[in-house]
Amino acid sequence: MSATFRTIKDVPKEEHLAPGHRLCAGCTVGTAMRQILKASGKDVAVITATGCLEVSTSYFPQSAWRVPWAHIAFENAAAVASGVEHAMRALNRKGKSDEKISVMAVGGDGGTFDIGLQALSGALERGDDLVYICYDNEAYMNTGIQRSSATPYGAATTTSPPGKLSIGQSTQKKDLIGIAIAHGVPYAATATPAYPFDLMNKVRKGLDVNGPALIHVLTPCPTGWRFDVSAGIELSKMAVLTGLWPLYEVVNGEVRLTVQVPRREPVTKYLQIQGRFRHLDEKTAGLIQKRADQIAAKFNLGPLRSQ
Amino acid sequence: MSTTRRSMSGNYAIAYAVKMADVDVIAAYPITPQTTIVEKLSEYVANGELDADYINVESEHSAMSACVGASLTGARVFTATSSQGLAFMHEVLFMASALRTPMVMANVNRALSAPLNIWNDHSDAMAERDSGWIQLWASSAQDALDLTIMAFKIGESERLPVMVNLDGFILSHTYEPIDLPNAEEVRKYIPSRPLTNRLSPKTAFSIGVVGPPEYYYEMKYQAVDAIEKSRSKIKDVYAEYEKIFGRGYRDVESYGIEDAEIALVTMGAMTGSARIVSEEMRAAGVKAGVISIRTFRPFPSEELLDLASGLKGIGIMDRATTPGGPSNPLFTDIASCLYGSSRVPLQGFVAGLGGRDITLDDFRMMFRETDRASKEGRGRSPIYVGLRE
Ligand SMILES: Cc1ncc(C[n+]2csc(CCOP(=O)(O)OP(=O)(O)O)c2C)c(N)n1
Ligand code: SF4
Repeated sequence: MSATFRTIKDVPKEEHLAPGHRLCAGCTVGTAMRQILKASGKDVAVITATGCLEVSTSYFPQSAWRVPWAHIAFENAAAVASGVEHAMRALNRKGKSDEKISVMAVGGDGGTFDIGLQALSGALERGDDLVYICYDNEAYMNTGIQRSSATPYGAATTTSPPGKLSIGQSTQKKDLIGIAIAHGVPYAATATPAYPFDLMNKVRKGLDVNGPALIHVLTPCPTGWRFDVSAGIELSKMAVLTGLWPLYEVVNGEVRLTVQVPRREPVTKYLQIQGRFRHLDEKTAGLIQKRADQIAAKFNLGPLRSQ
Repeated sequence: MSTTRRSMSGNYAIAYAVKMADVDVIAAYPITPQTTIVEKLSEYVANGELDADYINVESEHSAMSACVGASLTGARVFTATSSQGLAFMHEVLFMASALRTPMVMANVNRALSAPLNIWNDHSDAMAERDSGWIQLWASSAQDALDLTIMAFKIGESERLPVMVNLDGFILSHTYEPIDLPNAEEVRKYIPSRPLTNRLSPKTAFSIGVVGPPEYYYEMKYQAVDAIEKSRSKIKDVYAEYEKIFGRGYRDVESYGIEDAEIALVTMGAMTGSARIVSEEMRAAGVKAGVISIRTFRPFPSEELLDLASGLKGIGIMDRATTPGGPSNPLFTDIASCLYGSSRVPLQGFVAGLGGRDITLDDFRMMFRETDRASKEGRGRSPIYVGLRE
């Protein structure tokens, strides 16, 4: 699989996500979606789960979508996408339609890790030919920053608040890519919008493989993570540079790092610029550093930069 | 018009109708007593007798979701379920009707848990009566086949989802002689051509948007209006079907009603027993008739009002309950449709919950109680037929 997007010249000028949508200022979900649609082109049907992206882009009578788009419910984007994919296939086979269109489902971490996991598992297990994008802002943002099973250890949310008896989120983030590859999917990858070519190439590959692909995109959220609206891409980058968000792909079971980090930044550089970790003591920050070290060892990232 | 007569269960009759309809997509999940429909359909697909994509979804919620997605592409879509499965679809049923995604669903009526019970009653369909789906009710396996064919015609023309109800086991698993219409004629009657494809790159519509308070009301009203307007189409389809295939259907089907003084209102399979007992009542000097509801949504108010005008007492059989409600579902619907126009005494009955037999004696009692209500000039609170102390 070769890279389609190497320089800015390879990126189509067409915008398939119109500006003027209602995502918060500085929200990287819009940035990611814009990149994703540049990679897919216009011949894609996008099925979006309920959540920030959906409510902010489809407020009647406006819509930011310049591609065929549908939203049905919170937990069923993968199942709806399967229906679309099979129907297109049947209509083509039966000679009732010659339209060719790719199918993409998009859900937040809540719609993917939690309430939509069963429908996602069904679509992955059946081998349906679609790309599932999970944009991960690490909580239920649309309903006011409640924790999900993607919320990282130690983070404060409105339902995992720190307190006398709590450090905030007490569990570790679920391994979504691990779940996807356990289904034997031909393609799974992580991405984040600070690395646009990496993200777009992964979307392209996901669309090109025969069968289901899952792309897990970290999308920092200024409102929920409490950081300055100008810092979204910096956070997206820092997540990678600390080793907390390794950029890799799994092609037919083979894991490959797509962005090397020669000198890792300490996790404090990532944690300190976000309000959701402000309450953490050194010990907990140390545990998070340990986790980054484990990830680094697993993916052969570079050593920690000496401070 | 050529037909073949074959012995078939209600479920196989439905599968056969779906095959004749040449559906493009089936998404379904097993549940008793529906399962033999989708097993048969899987077999048709596996044998190449039906060219369709069969999606083995992991739940009914996903079955309904996949059907909505498939319908948005303009494909012809079918699913089937019962009881817990229908309840599990609940959320998405409202989306299917409001997003105007036509599809046909066979609902093989079964009681809702708890306690777990796989046998027949109507509580599953009654719980979804406000979901915006057209609901047709079969009282024989032949009905189930014919209604399934007509459901495609009605739903695709009105862009509404249609539920065909048949009583679990009583109709779904009992073999009856069935007249199978000629497949070629069925295909001519419901040609399978894709509807306008709304998920096309040519149009790039956004579907399922946020409807804020200044728009939601009007958007919702469109779904209300759509099912209201489907009334005339349903009548036309019943009439047209009779012309082509020789079997007539009506929104409300009455039996012995012309000179009747009292009538029992039924739905589904119990209609047959009610008719038999009504004959017996007549022989004993009580002018009894039977009214059965074929089209439950949209509710046949005008037809019922017409029939009520000649009656002195009406008994209404509910095979479901509305705990804590003013009465039970069918009774409440009929009472509200007659309100202000008819003062005919109504007597409500609940019978046959969770597969409890409704015996001929039970019907005799219900006719007698209806007769009593007509003489006393008013009904009493609902009678729970056959309930043990
Ligand atoms: C069945 C159901 N339960 C709950 C909700 C309420 N709800 C809407 S969006 C949402 C959270 C979405 O979180 P996520 O998927 O992480 O996306 P985000 O809003 O963060 O973009 C919830 C709980 C719903 N719409 N449907
Ligand atoms: S709450 Fe977060 S994810 Fe949602 S729109 Fe605002 S910034 Fe984006």
